Amino acid sequence: MGMFGGAYNTIAFDANKCDGCGDCMTACATAKTGTVDQSRSRIQIVGSEAEGFELALCRQCADPKCVTVCPAAALTKNYANGVIDWNADKCVDCLLCTVGCAYAGIALDAGTGHVAKCDTCDGAPACVPACPHDALTYVTTSRIYNEVGDWEDLFAPGLAGCQGCNTELLMRHTLRRVGPETVLATPPGCVPGMGSVGFNGTTGTKIPVFHPLLTNTAAMLAGVKRQYKRVGRDVTALAIAGDGGASDVGFQSLSGAAERNEQILFMVVDNEGYMNTGMQRSSCTPYGAWTSTTPIGKGPGNIPSQGKTQDAKNLPLIMVNHRCEYVATASTAYMEDLYDKLDKAIQASKRGFAYLHVYSPCTTGWRFPTDQNMEVARKAVETNFVMLWEYNPTDGLHFTKPVDDPLPVTEYLKAMGRFRHLSPDQISHIQGKVVENLAFVKQMAHREAV
Amino acid sequence: MEQTKYLVVGSSHAALEAVTAIRMHDPDGSLTLLTRDPHLPYSPTVLPYVVSGRSAPDAIFLRDEKFFARQKVQLKRGTALKALHAERNAAELADGSEIAYEKILLATGAAPAIPPIPGLDQVSYHVLRTLDDATKLNAAIKNSKQAVVLGAGLVGMHAAENLVKAGASVTIVEMAKQLTDGYFDAIAAGLIEKAFTDNGARILTGSRVVKLAPSSTGATLTLENGTTLEADLLLVATGVKPNMEYLAGSRVEHDRGILVSDTMQTSVANVWSAGDCAQAKGFYTDAKIMNAILPDATEQGRIAGMAMAEDPGLKKYPGGVPLNTYHFFGRHAISVGSSKVPEGGEMVTRFDEATGRYLKAIFSADNRLTGIYGVNEFFDGGVMCQLILRRIDLSPVKERFLANPLAVGRELMSKTWR
Repeated sequence: MGMFGGAYNTIAFDANKCDGCGDCMTACATAKTGTVDQSRSRIQIVGSEAEGFELALCRQCADPKCVTVCPAAALTKNYANGVIDWNADKCVDCLLCTVGCAYAGIALDAGTGHVAKCDTCDGAPACVPACPHDALTYVTTSRIYNEVGDWEDLFAPGLAGCQGCNTELLMRHTLRRVGPETVLATPPGCVPGMGSVGFNGTTGTKIPVFHPLLTNTAAMLAGVKRQYKRVGRDVTALAIAGDGGASDVGFQSLSGAAERNEQILFMVVDNEGYMNTGMQRSSCTPYGAWTSTTPIGKGPGNIPSQGKTQDAKNLPLIMVNHRCEYVATASTAYMEDLYDKLDKAIQASKRGFAYLHVYSPCTTGWRFPTDQNMEVARKAVETNFVMLWEYNPTDGLHFTKPVDDPLPVTEYLKAMGRFRHLSPDQISHIQGKVVENLAFVKQMAHREAV
Repeated sequence: MEQTKYLVVGSSHAALEAVTAIRMHDPDGSLTLLTRDPHLPYSPTVLPYVVSGRSAPDAIFLRDEKFFARQKVQLKRGTALKALHAERNAAELADGSEIAYEKILLATGAAPAIPPIPGLDQVSYHVLRTLDDATKLNAAIKNSKQAVVLGAGLVGMHAAENLVKAGASVTIVEMAKQLTDGYFDAIAAGLIEKAFTDNGARILTGSRVVKLAPSSTGATLTLENGTTLEADLLLVATGVKPNMEYLAGSRVEHDRGILVSDTMQTSVANVWSAGDCAQAKGFYTDAKIMNAILPDATEQGRIAGMAMAEDPGLKKYPGGVPLNTYHFFGRHAISVGSSKVPEGGEMVTRFDEATGRYLKAIFSADNRLTGIYGVNEFFDGGVMCQLILRRIDLSPVKERFLANPLAVGRELMSKTWR
């Protein structure tokens, strides 16, 4: 850990979900002062119905100004949990911290005459469960980043990915997790485009990596794995492939390897098209989406084209029907879930075929701002456009992030440009497909394990 | 000769912030921190609370030895800088030895300014700037029956309150027409004065001591109007002056303090200065001012450290904004910004005599906040400071802002710089 310590759990606020009810403030005041006086709450909701609600709350800054201006050493950054601790015995009530903080995160509590600030209730913040609208969440993914940060980064230091792409995150995390005893296959697609296959005669990874054809990835990797087994070396055989390479032309070798239950881990990074070659449609491209081969406007013979006219193939469900050792869908907006599944997939690949399908919003091909990748990924899940679940032959299929009260699919569609042209009919088709897909996966989830 | 890449002189807020800033960018470059104080780093601002007994003298340290070991900082305590030989990048210490530096920060703070009153050198008196001063004063307060405090700045007022609470009869003598001149306006000073007189203190504003002489109790003070005061404890708190004697013979330009640029660099290569000894530009004027307050010391120290370490994230100093908080007899006074009403600007005050709540806000002609003062009226000083620094247009919310600066300030914050 450097000057700033590691990553920490944090209280996150989604302004869009807040209706200003103030339940969080009541919960905080109750927990911290034994009263229901909202003015004494350490979390303060500010704003109005008309202008929207916002938050004044200690941000537990990594480089906290309140600490630097405290003359009495009463405020300290706790590097174990990230909280800025206030020491009542040392505090002299000078209020300089309130002048230092630009965010109103530490303020005078008129009830005590001392300053008060959020201490996250020792890791179980009272405000979070009190919020009836899930506007407050306690994000606990920091564990992953601290743990993973200590593992060796096995990917090239620089890369040629598009700005805002989450595939770098996925590459680095996955390689760190599988570790150096791995052989990697990356067929043509964004992953080698970003640099896995290397530059100037060196590979882009610190593990053996090869560049199979789109068609034969699973077959080649299965053979490589078998050879390692023959010579008595226990390695993880990992493929990181795009949806095009997996669901279209590479499907026969993927299906064959799954059917033979080869001991490999096949990860598909699904950006719903051939994005690195110019954004052509794939069988995973959803209905209505613009791609360079499903354009918008006047089509040939004056038949207007309005994006893709077919629905997407649900590749992970097809993999379930191979009765693989493990099949799961994952999203980088839910890293704890992704990590849990990655762990299980690695273990399963020691026994047989493991398949992990990760949704990967494409800033370039889907047309959204580069800082919105996680938001788009999250919206996909919150609308049930994609569903996060896992399957193994013993326990069957179950949802890992069930969404009981999904947002309308338009919340997802409007987050990007590739759906901008949709007609109301197209939107209702997509919404209908979301409902149908959910019902279909639910049906599978309810089935007894085989 | 001892050599170091960075030599930081001083050990309070500006110096410590510079150390932090240097280490953020250069974790390994050799760094030496030199302080004439024998103790671990502490803040002069906490000393009134050591005097009152509220802060234990061993619990006020801002960093411990472990911090310096961890950050690879060589700490030299009890060693003053005697002379700066900037022409050959060397610092001469009190013991005659020298340290060669690549870059030096002068964060040597200030010392009590002793007024030239005849006879002052004949009597024994206290000052309050170092921890040793504070522990001495803490011991003396317990035995004092009749105390006199010269100067009604924040140091003098804090000490006077402690003396009052310890049971002494206390007289505060101040040359200016009001208490806390330069920190708070006349109405706020009136509220402060009332709290003191209600608690039995005697306040002599607009008064000047012209003579002192030893007496059986301690000292006899003669005022301009002929009145005499007896003191068994005399505290001289008439202001501070920067510590910069070591500059004699160097070419480092100084005026009331050490003159620095927007990146805290002095007129001489490889020499920076920050904190109470530095004279940097003000926020309201390009003229260089003394703004010897704690938050500014941290700001300047951070900038100096970043500049010394050549951190590309360095942002120029926006200029000093006065910021003061004062806690007296259970009440709070806060001042942020300038008390001067800009041309075409407006000053709005609100005073509730029953509760003693007082608010004063000053706006520029184009409805930017330039200063805000409150007694018992709480608002987020840090938010107000951002409103000033960012020159936020308050036209649409001015009335609401004046009615509730706490809530409206937070609203603006959450919309503007969250």
